[in-house]
Amino acid sequence: MGLVGESGSGKSITALTVMQLLPWAARATGRVTFDGIDILAASEDQMCALRGDDIGMVFQEPMTALNPVKTIGEQVAEGIRWHTKASRSNAEDRARKMLDRVGLPSAQFPLSRYPHELSGGQRQRVVIAIACALKPKLLIADEPTTALDVVLQAQILDLLRGLVAENRMGLLLISHDLAVVTEMADRITILRHGEVMEAGDTARTLSEQLHPYTRQLAQASMHVPARASTKEIGQGKPLLQVDSVTRDYPGRRTSLLKRAAPIRAVDDVSFSIDPGQSVALVGRSGCGKSTLARMVLALDGPSSGTIRFRGEVITGKSEAELRPARRDMQVVFQDPYGSFDPRQKVEKLVAEPLHVLEKEPTSAERREMVAKALHEVGLSPRDMDKYPHEFSGGQRQRLSIARAIITRPRLVVADEPVSALDVSIRAQILDLFAELNQKLGIAYLFITHDLTVARAITDQVMVMHDGRIVERGGTSEVLDHPQSEAAKALVAAAPDLHRAIARRLQEQG
Amino acid sequence: MTAYLLKRLAIALVTLVLASMVVFAVLEIIPGDPARLMLGLNASAEQVELLRNQMGLDAPLATRYLHWAGGLLSLDFGRSYTYSVPVIDLVRERVVVSLPLALIALALSTVIAIPVGLFSASRRGRAGDTIAMGAAQLGVAVPNFWFALMLIYLFAVWLRLVPAGGFPGWSAGVWPALKSLVLPAIALALPQAAILARVTRSALIEVLHEDYIRTARAKGLPYRAVLWRHALRNAMIPVLTILGLQFAFLLAGTIIVENVFYLPGLGRLVFQAITQRDLIVVESVVMLLVAAVIAVNLLVDLSYAVVDPRLRSRQ
Repeated sequence: MGLVGESGSGKSITALTVMQLLPWAARATGRVTFDGIDILAASEDQMCALRGDDIGMVFQEPMTALNPVKTIGEQVAEGIRWHTKASRSNAEDRARKMLDRVGLPSAQFPLSRYPHELSGGQRQRVVIAIACALKPKLLIADEPTTALDVVLQAQILDLLRGLVAENRMGLLLISHDLAVVTEMADRITILRHGEVMEAGDTARTLSEQLHPYTRQLAQASMHVPARASTKEIGQGKPLLQVDSVTRDYPGRRTSLLKRAAPIRAVDDVSFSIDPGQSVALVGRSGCGKSTLARMVLALDGPSSGTIRFRGEVITGKSEAELRPARRDMQVVFQDPYGSFDPRQKVEKLVAEPLHVLEKEPTSAERREMVAKALHEVGLSPRDMDKYPHEFSGGQRQRLSIARAIITRPRLVVADEPVSALDVSIRAQILDLFAELNQKLGIAYLFITHDLTVARAITDQVMVMHDGRIVERGGTSEVLDHPQSEAAKALVAAAPDLHRAIARRLQEQG
Repeated sequence: MTAYLLKRLAIALVTLVLASMVVFAVLEIIPGDPARLMLGLNASAEQVELLRNQMGLDAPLATRYLHWAGGLLSLDFGRSYTYSVPVIDLVRERVVVSLPLALIALALSTVIAIPVGLFSASRRGRAGDTIAMGAAQLGVAVPNFWFALMLIYLFAVWLRLVPAGGFPGWSAGVWPALKSLVLPAIALALPQAAILARVTRSALIEVLHEDYIRTARAKGLPYRAVLWRHALRNAMIPVLTILGLQFAFLLAGTIIVENVFYLPGLGRLVFQAITQRDLIVVESVVMLLVAAVIAVNLLVDLSYAVVDPRLRSRQ
């Protein structure tokens, strides 16, 4: 069973109600029945007996879901010991088997490992091991893969599917991603503003799309902005030119005097972007995308190699020398919540990049420019005097785009700019990016692990793996016929709504 | 892990050396000539000069510092100007009073504070929490000497359970000696416990919002088990930090409390030595207290690594 909806639609609250782990202020009414037990009427003791034993839960954020001061063995065995009163060694044996099952073999992952020694995907496997340790009748997975890259997402979904089938568990999968739910769930329930919009068989619901909101969601998740086909670019000088750039980070100190070999985050990367061109940089988390972006923005210097912007070398320059270049390049970050100072007004926040202009604008000019930028991103100039918390996530991302375009830059680096947004908001923001690209001729460097986004908005794509660019070319060419292993893995793992519905219909005949 | 240990140890040693320089320099600067003080007002300039020479007071500053610091290392603290006995003897007979007192107070404050913090955090915003934190507020605000007086009035004068002051010595038996330390230890511990309880409560409340608490609840552990097994250990870091910082205040508190209870401890010794301008005693005792504070903070640093595995693997 899949539970789908945008943020704030009540998906997680529904799951927490089933677990009776609601925040203190929340009150639930109605009826929740699990295996003949009325959960809302159950006492805390009864719930403790159910939780972990009959109902397991997997959470969204694997980085924070495990207790940092306890070993993974302790954390998996704890629930087993509590519910079955098994001895410590007995529980540890079972924990060991469970960890083996979720893909953490004892050779590399002994029970004595601590969570900080594991990656995000590995930690999510531990959380799944905790949730499934006692073979619950119902497994609730709340956005279990949202924080992971597509390849890890595919692996984790595969694992969940296997565990559910093996132990004949019920699965309540909560997600904002229709494609993921279609792949995983037989039945689907669509929530909006805390109300059920539509519920039914997954394949039928999504192929017929009878309910208008279902249709809206499905269309938004496959949305491709209308863009003029790839313009004739290539004449004249490239806007950005990156020549065999490498970035090493010093290795960990192994003793007082020795260090381990340096870590090469970016390895001999070269590429160029023409004015007005939109280029995607895709790759799994930790492949060096963000390090490369920081160097393009001159926030970090390469260990070797040069970067030219508008024909001028920007590597190894002082801040003062970089000012003219800074004016022409701006950035949009992933998290629209964290990238604004909550105590400043929009006018000040959007006007921030103006200090790199040669002549500081007067305050009237400044308001004028902010108003214009806000208008361009589809906000009202009246929003200038508000504070960031008065805006929704999508509106905040519009604000960060307004901030990026206020200096009329020629290059905008966007680091996962839509991955924190709901599908319908994401569609609007992608439209906005496309529109600004056409209207203002801004070149983009889009950093993303989401191939749908790359496909929607870019002409060229570069696939990065272990610090190197392993494949590049026209976006649709590369994504339709990937050549390198890394690109193939990304494409194969990317959830696709069309494909998922087709497969489901086929299975059902 | 070893790198972390070595680094902490090195920092502690450097701090100790710097502190010894500061202590030495401060006492050099303040006015008052010990030689003149010992000989009285009627002594002639030659007599004073002779004594200064005997005591080594006319040597250059650096020489005197090295001599003094070298002496400290071999536990030779010099001779007291007023008592004319080795300082180490004075310290030895006082430390058996002050050290147990400080340790009992430290243990008492922890034993009171952590359960109160757990209690308050688990009943946040309810009556029990309000009462406990109100009491803690009072504990922070009330000075320890007033506490001491109230305790004497209640337990010694009115209930006659323990002596009002003085110390019979350990030779009189463990129980009578401990009995005379009970009230001073409580007076010292209560204000400390109040602060520590508040820190424990707020650290726990912060930890209880973490995602892993929800994971533990989803395993089916009851709230109380989650609090003890998962929340408390994660909340220990700020609690340990405050515990280390408070130890210095605890030692400062002994000077006052020992005076209120007429305990022959280091606090009283240093107080008397200051009024008598017995600089060598003051220097020695202050250095001893400094070393104790540094040692406790070193222990706190090491216990971080015990509590938090991330510190163990980070270099």
